[in-house]
Amino acid sequence: MSYSQTRTQSKAGYDAGVKDYKLTYYTPDYTPKDTDILAAFRMTPQPGVPPEEAGAAVAAESSTGTWTTVWTDLLTDLDRYKGRCYDLESVANEDNQYIAYIAYPLDLFEEGSVTNLLTSLVGNVFGFKALRALRLEDLRIPVAYLKTFQGPPHGITVERDKINKYGRPLLGCTIKPKLGLSAKNYGRAVYECLRGGLDFTKDDENINSQPFMRWRDRFLFVAEAIHKAQAETGEIKGHYLNVTAATCEEMLKRANYAKELEMPIVMHDFITGGFTANTTLAHWCRDNGVLLHIHRAMHAVIDRQKNHGMHFRTLSKCLRMSGGDHIHTGTVVGKLEGEKGITLGFVDLLRENYVEKDPSRGIYFTQDWASMPGVMAVASGGVHVWHMPALVEIFGDDSVLQFGGGTLGHPWGCAPGAAANRVALEACVQARNEGRDLTREGGDIIREAAKWSPELAVACEVWKEIKFEFEAMDTV
Amino acid sequence: MRTLPRERRYETLSYLPALNDEQIRRQIAYILDQGYIAAIEFNDTSEPTECYWTMWKLPLFKATTVQDVLYDVGECRSEYPDQYIRVVGFDNIRQCQVMCFIVQKPGSSGGGFRQY
Repeated sequence: MSYSQTRTQSKAGYDAGVKDYKLTYYTPDYTPKDTDILAAFRMTPQPGVPPEEAGAAVAAESSTGTWTTVWTDLLTDLDRYKGRCYDLESVANEDNQYIAYIAYPLDLFEEGSVTNLLTSLVGNVFGFKALRALRLEDLRIPVAYLKTFQGPPHGITVERDKINKYGRPLLGCTIKPKLGLSAKNYGRAVYECLRGGLDFTKDDENINSQPFMRWRDRFLFVAEAIHKAQAETGEIKGHYLNVTAATCEEMLKRANYAKELEMPIVMHDFITGGFTANTTLAHWCRDNGVLLHIHRAMHAVIDRQKNHGMHFRTLSKCLRMSGGDHIHTGTVVGKLEGEKGITLGFVDLLRENYVEKDPSRGIYFTQDWASMPGVMAVASGGVHVWHMPALVEIFGDDSVLQFGGGTLGHPWGCAPGAAANRVALEACVQARNEGRDLTREGGDIIREAAKWSPELAVACEVWKEIKFEFEAMDTV
Repeated sequence: MRTLPRERRYETLSYLPALNDEQIRRQIAYILDQGYIAAIEFNDTSEPTECYWTMWKLPLFKATTVQDVLYDVGECRSEYPDQYIRVVGFDNIRQCQVMCFIVQKPGSSGGGFRQY
């Protein structure tokens, strides 16, 4: 008897080859679970690629899939782990653009790691050839996942209690010129701004520790400036000491020194520094009682193109999860990009506990923040005293309004420049509380205050003609 | 060109000329209109690192009119003419303090519920 006579057909193996993504990853009947992470992508497929296939490809490439079937697929339960494209909407007034809604099971992501979340969601998929362009418009983070994040070290209400400032926006200013001042001269500008009435001054983002001013020297002189301004005015003062550094160890060393000097706040650049460093620093800040100001250098590289990249609202959500007590949001009225409704949409996502879906403001999903602390919105860039009524109206109390040129550019110097801004701010807050309409009467309110404040009168004279009126690129 | 004089300040609204009685009335009206709870505190220093000032009685949970609040501001002032006095607002929904402004500094004179 030969062996071959008893042998039957082998059952080993699987169907190798390339299979359409949509067969596995396009599931229009799927109802997302409360624990799913949801994403809305603006998708521009290559010509000839049907939207269902493109949407499924996005779901696949950002979760379990690869370009061909592999035998190890059969060792797992794909239904438990795969991302699913569960809805597609074509974008009005665009030829070949769709919003693809993708649901990802919770188990795909590591607890408390924004780094891991982004590596999946906006990783390889953005270079995928079947797509001409792809933009992450919004995310819905389920409460189950949110609760694995610390979030902001302190949040808005704790910050106010720590620095004893209530019922008004805070005032800040970035020290200029951006680069090249010695530490002692830098501290001088800080002292002058703070004694004039600002709450905070700020290191510009590119000030780290350069040959003209090493970090430790800067920290020492700034600390003296803060202590002196605080003793003189009787108000709590701070300076965002930028601890962004080349390594996490160096970053924490600088943060520790800031704490030793009893500084209330440090600063980090969350995109160039990276989410791992940012989350590390946010945890350190909560453990050590130091506030954390966040700068967003490089964001426009990622968020400015309408059809490719990530919308800033998604970066904002990631930052709130990773942790920061302040973040820059644009001013709506100043020199930098920002449409009002959309800006206020992500400002709500930063500050509020529960935000309803609102397509007119670019909010694709209802987001419940489950009591995660809020982040203060920082409006900075190209603003001056005449913008004050609009800024108070738009951003409300839980914001930091930052006047860099608008403070240091005052003809009489930093302290009078700071006082001009503080007077303008308080005049607006007083008027608002008295029921006056800042949009309609803003100019009058500033003019009335300029009658008794010579510092404000001079500022009003210098900046009356400067405007930045270009159309915003960011539209819904 | 002028040098900005060194001056002690007292947080929100202290960069404006001292509020007159009518202006204080309107700020208190705002506290009540927003549904906040008004309270009065006094202290012998205005050091910013000193969070707790002594509370005048208890917060005015039952105040419904500006006059209700002003009554206690006046009482506090009469009893402590040489103290700093501030009016604060609490938001029990957000569970935090939301307003604060000074209504008396020590060593001032004058009538009404406010002195500078």
